[in-house]
Amino acid sequence: MSIISVNDLVVSFGSGSDFKQVVKNVAFDVEPGETFGLVGESGCGKSTVLGALAGRIKGWSGSISIDGEAVGPKRSRSQLAKQQMVFQDPFGSLHPRHTIGRTLLEPLEIHGFDQRQERVERVLRDVGLPPGFRHRFPHQLSGGQRQRVAIARALILNPGILLLDEPTSALDVSIQAEILNLLKDLRERDKLTYVLVSHDMAVIAHLCNRVAVMLDGQFVEVASREQLLRGSVQHPYTRTLLDGSRGYVPPPKLAS
Amino acid sequence: MATRYFNDLHNWLINEEFSSLRQARLHKAYVLWLNLIANPLALAGFLVVLALVLIATLAPLLANHDPILQDLTMALKPPSPINWFGTDEFGRDVYSRLVYGARTTLYISVLVTVIVAPIGFAIGATAGYLGGWVDVVLMRITDIFLSFPSLVLALAFSAALGPGIENAVIAIALTVWPPIARLARAETLTFRAADFVVAAELQGAGMGRILFRHIVPLCAPSIIIRLTLNMSSVILTAAGLGFLGLGAQPPMPEWGAMAASGRQYLLDAWWLTTVPGIAILLVSLAFNLLGDGLRDIMDPRNA
Amino acid sequence: MPEQSKPILSVKNMSVQFPTLSGVVTAVNNVSFDVGREKVGIIGESGSGKSTTGRAIMRLQPATAHVIADEMRFEDVDLLTASESEMRAIRGRRISMILQDPKYSLNPVMTVGEQIAETVILHERLGRRAARERTLAMLERVNIRDPQRVFNLYPHEVSGGMGQRIMISMMLISSPSLIIADEPTSALDVTVRQQVLSILDDLIRERNIGLIFISHDLNLVKSFCDRVIIMYAGRIVETIEASKLDQATHPYTCGLLEALPSLDRPRDRLETLKRQASWAEA
Ligand SMILES: Nc1ncnc2c1ncn2[C@@H]1O[C@H](COP(=O)(O)OP(=O)(O)OP(=O)(O)O)[C@@H](O)[C@H]1O
Ligand SMILES: Nc1ncnc2c1ncn2[C@@H]1O[C@H](COP(=O)(O)OP(=O)(O)OP(=O)(O)O)[C@@H](O)[C@H]1O
Ligand SMILES: [Mg+2]
Ligand SMILES: [Mg+2]
Repeated sequence: MSIISVNDLVVSFGSGSDFKQVVKNVAFDVEPGETFGLVGESGCGKSTVLGALAGRIKGWSGSISIDGEAVGPKRSRSQLAKQQMVFQDPFGSLHPRHTIGRTLLEPLEIHGFDQRQERVERVLRDVGLPPGFRHRFPHQLSGGQRQRVAIARALILNPGILLLDEPTSALDVSIQAEILNLLKDLRERDKLTYVLVSHDMAVIAHLCNRVAVMLDGQFVEVASREQLLRGSVQHPYTRTLLDGSRGYVPPPKLAS
Repeated sequence: MATRYFNDLHNWLINEEFSSLRQARLHKAYVLWLNLIANPLALAGFLVVLALVLIATLAPLLANHDPILQDLTMALKPPSPINWFGTDEFGRDVYSRLVYGARTTLYISVLVTVIVAPIGFAIGATAGYLGGWVDVVLMRITDIFLSFPSLVLALAFSAALGPGIENAVIAIALTVWPPIARLARAETLTFRAADFVVAAELQGAGMGRILFRHIVPLCAPSIIIRLTLNMSSVILTAAGLGFLGLGAQPPMPEWGAMAASGRQYLLDAWWLTTVPGIAILLVSLAFNLLGDGLRDIMDPRNA
Repeated sequence: MPEQSKPILSVKNMSVQFPTLSGVVTAVNNVSFDVGREKVGIIGESGSGKSTTGRAIMRLQPATAHVIADEMRFEDVDLLTASESEMRAIRGRRISMILQDPKYSLNPVMTVGEQIAETVILHERLGRRAARERTLAMLERVNIRDPQRVFNLYPHEVSGGMGQRIMISMMLISSPSLIIADEPTSALDVTVRQQVLSILDDLIRERNIGLIFISHDLNLVKSFCDRVIIMYAGRIVETIEASKLDQATHPYTCGLLEALPSLDRPRDRLETLKRQASWAEA
C-alpha cells in the first residue's frame, strides 16, 4: 500500500483579481521506501505541493492520505510527526540565536519524548556530527554542517517520510555529495520515504526512483530513473531539463 | 603573571569552538563588551548609567545629610564645603536630595521598562503573528494611543489617576508601549515566514512557543535599543510630571520636582534649578548615547 | 578562441587580506593569471576566493581589505596605482560586472528603459528620442519579446533572467573590453540560463572581448568557457583548457569532478573530497 497518496490536489492563492491556481489537479502515489522526485522551473508549484504534504499550506482541496490515513489541512501532532521537511537555504532554516542542542531538543519537548539528551546525541551521530556541536550556534557552522543539523532536526521525531525541498542546491558539489550520500545511507538504514524537489536532473537521477516533471502547476510526465538515464523521455520539456543539466548547449548557428 | 592570565582568559572567551553552553554565553557577552569599549560615546553613556545605578544603590553612604530633614535656619544657603550644592528653601541639602533623587529616577525607569516591554511585545507580536482582523483591531488601538502627543497623554492620565509616583509610572507606561508594539509587530512579520519558524510549526509548536521561544530572542535587541533610546524621554516626562506636581509628592526627592520648586528662587538661588537640571540632562543624554551605541553593536543588520 | 598576442588583463601575485577579530584572513593568496580575448572560468568551492578576486580587479573590495600585487594591468591602465576617479571611469565602461542578482546592479527607482537610455546618452551622445529608439533596439537584440512594455518596468518587476538580459543590453552599448560575471545564471531556470548564456556568448564573440566567468557549476564552465582556473583556499591550484577538464591532474579538480552526480555515469555512491593540507600550500 502507498505511504503517500495524493488525488486531485488543487492549491490556489489570493482572491478576486489576484486569484491564482498554483497546483492544478495533481495526483500521485509514493510507495514505502521509494524516493519520488519533483522537477520543473521556478514558480511551477513544486514547493507548494510539498507544503500541502507537510501541512504547511492550509488552503488546498482534493485528497491526501499519509500512511493510510486521510489528512486534512489541519494536522494533529502525531500526524505532523509522520513527515518532516528539510529546506533549501541552510542559512535560513536554523534559528540564529538557538544553539544546535536547543533546536534539536525542541521537537522532543513538544512531543513529550523521554531520554532527550541521548536522542540528541544519537541523531547528531547519525548525521555525522560530533556531539560537541550541541553547544554551537548556527553561524559557527558551514553550510553543509547546517544542512546536516536540519536533517537531524527532521529525523529526531522518527518520521517515515522526509520532504526535501532542494536540500543541496545551496551547497558546493563536494558537500552536496556528502549530503546525498548521507540521505542514501539514512534511507537504506531507516527505510525512509523521500519526496525530493530539485532542479538538477543529475541529482534526481542519482537519488529518485521516479520523477514527476511539473510545468505550470501540472505534471506533464512521470518518468522512471531508467528512462532518465536512457534518455527515453516523452515530453520535450523533460528533454530540455535533461540537456540543461549537462551544461551549456550552444544553439544551432546559421552558417555565417 | 596577571597579563598571562588575562591573555588566556581573552583567548578562551573569543574562541568559538565552545565546549559548554556557559562558554557560549560568556563569549557573546564578552564580544558585546569588546564592541562597547571600542565605541567611546556608547561607553560614556554606559558609564553614566552605571554611575546612576551605583549612586542610587549607595545613596545612604554617599549622602552627607538627611534628604528630607528640614532646617529653616539653613534655608537657601549657597554651595559650601558643608552643603556641596547648597540648600533649598526648607534648608534641605541639595546634594543629598540629588543622590536620593537618583533612586526615584531609576525606580521610574526600571518600572516603566518592566511594564512596557512585555505588554508592547505581546500586543505587537500577537498582531503580527496572527494577522487578519486581530492585527487590524490591535493596531488601530495602538494608533489611537500613538496619535496623541505623549506628554499630553501622560498628563491626562496622571491627572485622572491622581498625583503620586506609581500613577506617574502607569501614565508614562501608557504612552511608551505603542511604539514598542509597532516595533514588535514589524519584527514578527519579518520572521513569521522564516524557514526556522515554519520548521517549528511543522513540528507542532504552538503560538506561545513560537512567540516566546523563537521571536523574543530575535526582537529583544531592537526592543532593548528602543527602550534605552526612549528612556531619556521617560525621564524627561517623569521630571515634567514632577515639575507640575503630578509625579513624586513632597517631601520625596525627585529631580523634576526639585527643579520646579527652585524656580521661584531662580535669581537668588540658581543652584536649586541648575543642579537637578544638569542631572536630568546628563542621564537622559547618557541613555541616548548608550541606545545609539547598542544599535550599532547589537543590531545584526548593521553588522 | 585561444589567446591573441596581448592579454587584456594581467594579474601577478595578487593577495587580498581581511583583518578580523581573530587575526588576518587571507582570502586570496598569491594568484597570477592573464585574461585574453576568451572566456575564462573560475571555479572552486564556496569561500575559495572567487568573488573576492573579481571584486579586487574592479577595486570594489571593502575599505578594510588590503590588496597586494606585483602587477595588475588592464589594457593600458595600472589598476594598482589608478586613482579612484580613474577607476570610476573604468567601471561599467571598460570593465563591466554581472552579479547573481541583477537587482543589486540596477537603480531601483528608475525604469530599466531609462537606465539603458542613460547609458546610450552617455556613450553615444544621442538625444532623448533617439536614445529611446536605440534602447528598444538593444532590448530586442537580447531577445526580449515585448521591448515597449519592458522599457517601462522597474527592476523589481522583471524576472531574474530578464534582469540579466537587461544588464547585457547595457554592455552592448558601453562596449567594455572585459566582463566579469559572478554566478550570473545560478538563480535562473535551465531554459532561461541557456538563453542568457547564448546572448552573452554572442556578445563576447562579436566584440572580441574577454570574460571572467565565476561559477561553481563544473558542467556549465566545462561547456561554456575556453579555459578554467580552479581555486582552492584562495590559491589557484590548476589552470586547464575547458575541453580537457575531464583529464585534469590535480587531485582537487579530480575530486570535484568525482563528487558530481552524472546522468552519463550513474554511480551508487559519490566520492567526497579528501582534503590535503598541501593543496593550500602549492
Ligand atoms: N503564500 C503565497 N501566496 C501567494 N502566492 C504564492 C504563495 N506561495 C507561493 N505562491 C505562488 O505560487 C507559485 C508556485 O510557487 P512555489 O514556491 O510552489 O514554486 P516552486 O516550484 O517551488 O519554485 P522554486 O523553484 O522557485 O522554489 C508561484 O507563482 C508563487 O508566486
Ligand atoms: N569583508 C570580509 N571580511 C572578512 N573576510 C571576508 C570578507 N569578505 C570575504 N571574506 C572571506 O574571504 C573568503 C573568500 O570569499 P569569497 O566571497 O571570495 O568566496 P567565493 O569563492 O566567491 O565563494 P562563494 O562561492 O560562496 O561565492 C571567505 O573565506 C570569506 O570568509
Ligand atoms: Mg520552491
Ligand atoms: Mg562568490
